[in-house]
Amino acid sequence: MTATAEERMLSPEIDAFIEKWKDKPGNLIMVLHRVQEEFSYIPRQAAFEVAAALGVPVAKIYGVITFYHFFKLTKPGRNQIAVCMGTACYLKGGQDLIDECERKLGVGLNTVTEDGEFSVEAVRCIGCCGLAPVLTVNGEVFGTVGTKSIAKIIDQFE
Amino acid sequence: MAFKNYILVCAGTACESSKGVALYEALEKELKAQGADTEAQLVKTGCFGFCEQGPIVKILPDESFYVKVGPEHAQQIVAEHIIKGRQVKELLYDKNQSSGASADNIAFYQKQQRIVLRNCGVINPELIDEYIARDGYAALEKVIFEMTPDEVIQELKDAGLRGRGGAGFPTGLKWGFTKNAAGDQKYVVCNADEGDPGAYMDRSTCEGDPHSVLEAMTIAGHTVGADQGFIYIRAEYPLAIERLENAIGQAREYGLLGKNILGSDFSFDIELRLGAGAFVCGEETALLASIEGKRGMPIPRPPFPAVKGLWGKPTVINNVETWANIPMIILKGAAWYSSIGTETSKGTKVFALTGKINNSGLIEVPMGTTLREIIYDIGGGIRGGKKFKAAQTGGPSGGVITAEFLDTPIDYESLMSIGSMMGSGGMIVMDEDDCMIDVTKFYLEFTVDESCGKCAPCRIGGRTNYNILDKISKGQGCPEDLDKLKTIAQAMRKASLCGLGQTSPNPIMSTINFFEDEYLAHINDKRCPAGKCKDLLSYTVIEEKCIGCTACARVCPVSCISGEVKVAHVINQDQCIKCGQCFDKCKFDAIHKG
Repeated sequence: MTATAEERMLSPEIDAFIEKWKDKPGNLIMVLHRVQEEFSYIPRQAAFEVAAALGVPVAKIYGVITFYHFFKLTKPGRNQIAVCMGTACYLKGGQDLIDECERKLGVGLNTVTEDGEFSVEAVRCIGCCGLAPVLTVNGEVFGTVGTKSIAKIIDQFE
Repeated sequence: MAFKNYILVCAGTACESSKGVALYEALEKELKAQGADTEAQLVKTGCFGFCEQGPIVKILPDESFYVKVGPEHAQQIVAEHIIKGRQVKELLYDKNQSSGASADNIAFYQKQQRIVLRNCGVINPELIDEYIARDGYAALEKVIFEMTPDEVIQELKDAGLRGRGGAGFPTGLKWGFTKNAAGDQKYVVCNADEGDPGAYMDRSTCEGDPHSVLEAMTIAGHTVGADQGFIYIRAEYPLAIERLENAIGQAREYGLLGKNILGSDFSFDIELRLGAGAFVCGEETALLASIEGKRGMPIPRPPFPAVKGLWGKPTVINNVETWANIPMIILKGAAWYSSIGTETSKGTKVFALTGKINNSGLIEVPMGTTLREIIYDIGGGIRGGKKFKAAQTGGPSGGVITAEFLDTPIDYESLMSIGSMMGSGGMIVMDEDDCMIDVTKFYLEFTVDESCGKCAPCRIGGRTNYNILDKISKGQGCPEDLDKLKTIAQAMRKASLCGLGQTSPNPIMSTINFFEDEYLAHINDKRCPAGKCKDLLSYTVIEEKCIGCTACARVCPVSCISGEVKVAHVINQDQCIKCGQCFDKCKFDAIHKG
């Protein structure tokens, strides 16, 4: 797949980032982080463009994307709810928070609501164990969350 | 002191998320509004460790220790404490703390000794000058101008410093291998890929005292002859990344990183590399593969990275906590450091104390402290007056420590001897409501998910054991399952390629060893003694106790409880999702769980 200049998906900022990292060994993961920061996932076309820009096979890029949990291949909801499933949060009811989010939004884990507004995922320890159980919405941390407060938190972002 | 008071506000992730940022801004505004900004200086610091009680504000010089402070308290703190010099009693953690009494007298801090966390909660991590004012970079100066590389290595060996990532390999020995390895290009790597669920020591260190890591890495660079360092850090720690980047920038500006450091002919620089959520990358060979931009798959050792590491070059790799110890060892000497701790484990260890405990937080204790001291003296005992069941150390690679071993001194060897391990520092306290099968299943699910799949023992063994545990937790286990679990666990220990596979059976072996009766209750009686495994639970109304208040019916999320007012209610077992909300709600103990 080749894209003409008009159809290119990567922004000039990402191009500049790639240019800066191009000659540094081990740049692929850093570039993918930058792409995901922009699109909130790694679109297929972007992967092809990164491949062309860095001169690495697309297969290698997909190998890396699928290996690491952090990289996503599908677009998450506009508001991303991430429930911490570290040990402390798990013991204090992290799973109940996930169940409640799923019930409230009518979606399963890692799927997006029909209107594209919300998605729910379980994440690894985010290191706020003192506040367990914890969830984040778009990176904002909510601590000592009970199942009853889920509705209120979701409302804030609707 | 140029100012009459210093107001220290915690700016760690936990406190920031509990309105710490708004609090800082409110204090700033109030100081100005009340004309006190020349009297008191506001300082944003790293983690105080007492996350449970955050956000925390400490006021110097009288050491008043305020907890759970919100933006709404800013006006009062400035008006009362700063202007009138009177403590705000209701915000003090210890209501009887007199002005001038050190916060160290608080039980949470009393048995702690802070070497790694020496600057956390003391300095502003965003200002290099504050680090320098606390003897920062003095160790680097000493290493460059007064010590030979061999002297540095000898000092570390004499100090008895061992890797804090979990395995406990002597740091001086490791550095010696790299120094003596042939090659003109060598690297220094900091492992900040803190993947253990329930552990955040390294995050707090990077957030609260980033320069200590940079200084130590530069010392290593000079010692082994490397000119480039990498910090491999989790992308999930945005604040730590920001503080490290800021610190690297300042160090370069001050000539403490880059070309000709401190005017010498030694050059060294550090770059960040972000992880991407793969637990196996905590394993050093996998971590190096990830820095190289590849899938983070481990390779067999030897050769060890100390000899053949990043891009095939000799590489020193240590974890954040190990690094943070080093400047202090160089400055205060091996004799001082080795006087702390036990025979085989020197210095201190940082733990993230979490779970069912009153004072959750980050603690640093001398090696040899007992679990009882940590849980009851520092941690304030078990939450809600429940009974202690076990403490888990070492995360998915570790095991449980039961009540009978509460007096075991914490060091590498004694934890190993009771079937657990030091690990990186997660310490999760569990009470009588926690089911050991459930917890073990949780860890297995984690390691199965995180297994890279390269070697069969880990990939297949882990999955098979998870399936067996799942069966047991659903009441479908059979007596042979215990032997099967043990056999597979042994095979994984012996035949797996890397630490992840070799240690992931530990939670199984440890819980079977200490809690076999709990396994048997699930298998033979189809019963979960802790009342956690949902498939073995049912909730029923005790008719004679139910007064028909309807509280349970109203709280039930699936509306499966029916009954008239003032008449005993009934739970429809087919629809019940076993969420337990009715059980929690009932004031009359009229709901039976079991």
